[in-house]
Amino acid sequence: MTLPAPLHEFLFGIYPYICLAVLFLGSLIRFDREPYSWKSDSSQMLRLAELEFGSNLFHYGVLVVILGHFIGFLTPEPLVLWLMSPTQHQLLAMVVGGIAGLIALIGASVLVHRRLAYRRIRANSRRWDIAIIVMLWLQLALGVATVPLSAQHMDGAMFDRLVAYVQGVVLFRGDNAVLVQGTPWVYQAHILLGFTIFLVSPFTRMVHIWSGVGSLAYLVRPYQLVRKDTRSANPMQ
Amino acid sequence: MKIRAQIAMVLNLDKCIGCHTCSVTCKNVWTSRKGMEYAWFNNVETKPGIGYPKDWESQERWNGGWKRNPDGKLAPKQGGRWGVLARIFANPNLPEIEDYYEPFTFDYENLQTAPELPTAPVARPISLVSGRTMDKIEWGPNWEEILGGEFAKRSKDYNFEAIQKDIYGQFENTFMMYLPRLCEHCLNPTCVASCPSGSIYKREEDGIVLIDQDKCRGWRMCVSGCPYKKIYYNWVSGKAEKCIFCYPRIEAGLSTVCSETCVGRIRYLGVVLYDADRIEEAASTENPHDLYQRQLDIFLDPSDPEIQRQAATDGVSAEWIEAAQRSPAYKMAVEWKIAFPLHPEYRTLPMVWYVPPLSPISAHASAGRIESAGNGLPDVASLRIPVRYLANLLTAGYEPPIVSALERMLAMRAWFRGKQLGEAQDPALLSSVGLDEATAGEMHRYLAIANYEDRFVIPTAHREKAHNAYMIRGGGGFTFGNGCDGIDAKAGLFGGKMGRRKVIPIRALDEAE
Repeated sequence: MTLPAPLHEFLFGIYPYICLAVLFLGSLIRFDREPYSWKSDSSQMLRLAELEFGSNLFHYGVLVVILGHFIGFLTPEPLVLWLMSPTQHQLLAMVVGGIAGLIALIGASVLVHRRLAYRRIRANSRRWDIAIIVMLWLQLALGVATVPLSAQHMDGAMFDRLVAYVQGVVLFRGDNAVLVQGTPWVYQAHILLGFTIFLVSPFTRMVHIWSGVGSLAYLVRPYQLVRKDTRSANPMQ
Repeated sequence: MKIRAQIAMVLNLDKCIGCHTCSVTCKNVWTSRKGMEYAWFNNVETKPGIGYPKDWESQERWNGGWKRNPDGKLAPKQGGRWGVLARIFANPNLPEIEDYYEPFTFDYENLQTAPELPTAPVARPISLVSGRTMDKIEWGPNWEEILGGEFAKRSKDYNFEAIQKDIYGQFENTFMMYLPRLCEHCLNPTCVASCPSGSIYKREEDGIVLIDQDKCRGWRMCVSGCPYKKIYYNWVSGKAEKCIFCYPRIEAGLSTVCSETCVGRIRYLGVVLYDADRIEEAASTENPHDLYQRQLDIFLDPSDPEIQRQAATDGVSAEWIEAAQRSPAYKMAVEWKIAFPLHPEYRTLPMVWYVPPLSPISAHASAGRIESAGNGLPDVASLRIPVRYLANLLTAGYEPPIVSALERMLAMRAWFRGKQLGEAQDPALLSSVGLDEATAGEMHRYLAIANYEDRFVIPTAHREKAHNAYMIRGGGGFTFGNGCDGIDAKAGLFGGKMGRRKVIPIRALDEAE
């Protein structure tokens, strides 16, 4: 798909940075100013039935997908080439990402259905709760759709371009947008929707992802927590 | 040894009349908010019954509390650290709203707006969760009130363990008691241990267990971790909430709302000093029967000068050490041994203790209808409430301490009955149960008279040193999070609706108007 050059430049060269800036700054501001609003917003208490199946599939699938994106896109190229050929790299991404993505997509479908179909959940959903799960479902569907598309060209060239693009964004390479020019629309839509999800995250329940990472600290902390009153603290602090 | 102090509570079940004043005043003060309609920080259950939420005592079903591993170490029964994190996406041990009850209101408006009908208009129940009319209310906050419902259902009560329960379904043998319940503010709380974000903590200075609302992420593992099911998930705010032991009142030296408003004067609050270094050792005792005694063992004698010195070194202030010596909780739990922890087998070392109920057997006994033990007292084994039932509730099924407590209370009553009626007093009556006249007199003062100043011995906290008041200047007092908004803030960028902030315009009055 080819967009007019200025629009393409904006969407793939500038828009990602707007999204990332809002993601990091927005999350920081919300964490600092509105800590009471920072939560996972679970609706399990109102209805467990579909959640046990849907939420587990979705979350475990998505965790593998996200980790795969991080490792697959951000591993320096020389290291990848030392380990495997570009074709193998692409095949690995397709198999692992395809399976995990499919699992997550099944889970997300259950969750979308659960959120919309049951009056009790629907009545207690904010507009963003519905919007974000639909966006995630779409994003997973686009992601899974790239697998059969990639299977048509197993030489790893397209894959390399996409990897270079993502690394370019992370490394602030200004002339980056050109790398995805002319790629199939599925890839482009996947990239744009991905950054859009980053953009809206600070305003939705998605902030719980930060806390999910933070909860790993639970693995090393003692079971019991006792807080001292700050009797001995310097009152002039 | 590391000495810490805690405000402990004792409830004298012998005098509880099940009026629910504690529950209602607590609700009015703390949980009359959206998302918490179903939650009762304090509730009163009629026993035998499955309680609120349903079947809460059965940890086979809910997996709350601690599990002692073969190597003697404790881990939350719902899973260790990895187990808790692995279940974070869908917690299989979390009660659903129906396990408490679906909160409802009534369509009162219909009573006024209904057109003329051949029959009287009805106010139908409306669910506060879905906003829909409910066909039928299936369960409520106190569904089993005064033995409501069939015995077949109520007898699923976990405390019937090892009791031939069928006969208690017969009218002549039926029995009941009230059990007011609140957060136990445990020494070894499983809720704290289960929280992945570390938002729950025990306060060092008074032992109150609190949830840091700004740190809570709504992972809801504490709800399933607590074996007493006394942490509630606020389904509107997405945060966990629990009994706060009315800490703003406790800090000011006042009793909790539930204690203050108790018309039966059954609640007692006092300082207990304990050895924090021995908590783990006590909680991991192998035999559940020993847990009650092990917990008693870590309570320290506040009149011992050695203990007083150590407590002062560990940061317990002088008036707290002095208050510990007048503590009604210490007297009932340690000196008289008539108060017991609720379900010590959960290994949380709870700090809300209970005096087992006696009534209404005395009149029955004097009429010669109950077996006597020989010393003029009725045989506790033939009481209406089976001793084993109380033991299952209070001492993990171990009967001797319960028997001893009931005998002491019976002896104290008999002694004072005789005294009032001017009958001849046999000192053997008291000595046979390990009491003397002075102790019986004190027990009578605390249990029967229950003076306000005897029931509540609460030293004030030193908040003047805890807070830097300069930092909280201009604050909104008790708010949810940002210092301005209530729980269901409609406005705001994060989670609320934008552009809907209600502003009351301020303008100068026009003199011409």
